[in-house]
Amino acid sequence: MTAVGVPRWVYVPAALGALFVLLPLVALTVRVDWARFGTLVTTPASLDALGLSLRTSAASTVLCLVLGVPMALVLARTSFPGQRVVRSLMLLPLVLPPVVGGIALLYTFGRRGLLGSTLEVLELQVAFSTTAVVLAQAFVSLPFLVVSLEGTLRAVGQRYEEVAATLGGAPTLVLRRVTLPLVLPGLASGAVLAFARSLGEFGATLTFAGSLQGVTRTLPLEIYLQRETDANTAVALSLLLVAVAVAVVGLAAGRPGQRWR
Amino acid sequence: MGQTFEAQHPGTTVTFSFAGSSDLVTQLQQGAPADVLASADTANMTKVVTDRLVAGSPVDFATNTLEIAVPPDNPAGVTSFADLSRPGVKLVVCAPQVPCGAAAQKIEKATGTTLAPVSEENAVTDVLGKVTSGEADAGLVYVTDVRGAGDEVKGIPFDESKEAVNTYPIAALAGSKDADLAGEFVELVTGSEGRQVLADAGFAP
Repeated sequence: MTAVGVPRWVYVPAALGALFVLLPLVALTVRVDWARFGTLVTTPASLDALGLSLRTSAASTVLCLVLGVPMALVLARTSFPGQRVVRSLMLLPLVLPPVVGGIALLYTFGRRGLLGSTLEVLELQVAFSTTAVVLAQAFVSLPFLVVSLEGTLRAVGQRYEEVAATLGGAPTLVLRRVTLPLVLPGLASGAVLAFARSLGEFGATLTFAGSLQGVTRTLPLEIYLQRETDANTAVALSLLLVAVAVAVVGLAAGRPGQRWR
Repeated sequence: MGQTFEAQHPGTTVTFSFAGSSDLVTQLQQGAPADVLASADTANMTKVVTDRLVAGSPVDFATNTLEIAVPPDNPAGVTSFADLSRPGVKLVVCAPQVPCGAAAQKIEKATGTTLAPVSEENAVTDVLGKVTSGEADAGLVYVTDVRGAGDEVKGIPFDESKEAVNTYPIAALAGSKDADLAGEFVELVTGSEGRQVLADAGFAP
């Protein structure tokens, strides 16, 4: 097969685009007070924020998997009236400004929200709790997982599933033994995207969950707060967040034998 | 006040850039073009003065104190500053890093009380938002914020608030392209007309 290259001029805007992404990161790195970097990122407030971010992002990713995998299956493998509309609605958090998501969550799960009185009867207090952070993160991250997995499901097709079903495999068995192993790369990249998006979540969390050290103040919120008085800490923490995000994405992309969709 | 100034100086357009004081100061330090800076606290103005970005010296144009804001139905029955530390009262304040939070902390120290807020917000508007939505039982905000929120919140003034009076300075900036005009805007704000507008918004002189 003859390799079809891209026209040479394409490299110019492509390189500009790469610079556009990388230059701000370089500027951030240059601006860091390296002598005090260790001290700045290991203050109790910083460590609390990092720990909380990792825990809530993990929880949100699990929630996204539990809800998102069935959603992707239904969207990719079934057809029902109004499916296109449903899909568009499910992807809405992708295009909503997070702060709008936060306000919407507030009017849903808040004390005076749609489900507020129901939650109160169940003695569940969502407001100002870590649960609120996880809900905010899952709300904005879910579409990433659904889109990624649905695409993979469609690309993989149904041939193997049909064969398995012909051989007498019950739907649940086919799902577990055929479909899920086939789409594992897409599932993994979707989960990574969801985790990364959760890690960076800011607007919805601030609006919906509040900000208290160790409870609701995740790393992005801590950065935003430190910026008020201590630019050095804010920059150091920003770089820490970048490093964590790069590590997460790199870890998932770099696994041998795995295709990155 | 911008409209008044424009009427007095035909051909001039006043453009406002509203943000938290520390945001504005960061922008100025990074070279943002501006003629006048009005800050919500002296600490941020001092930063600008230290960096020699101010022409002349800043003038104080208003003061503001804290007030308790509660939802209109006051679900936790808050009536005094002491009520804020009652168990079960969901209190929201500003973080100590921002002026409204620093003021709350000052009052805490002066009165020897310990507040246990459920959230420390980045801005006074975030505190107000938590109160108007009914998520929080009470919030500590400025008198002017309560007035600005109208019927959405109920304000409860408290004597202890005099422990932390926040002063608002204004200054013409060294980077201004028209120093005279910048100075005249400062005069408008600090003059009798400006005072009246500020008093209507709830600011104290």
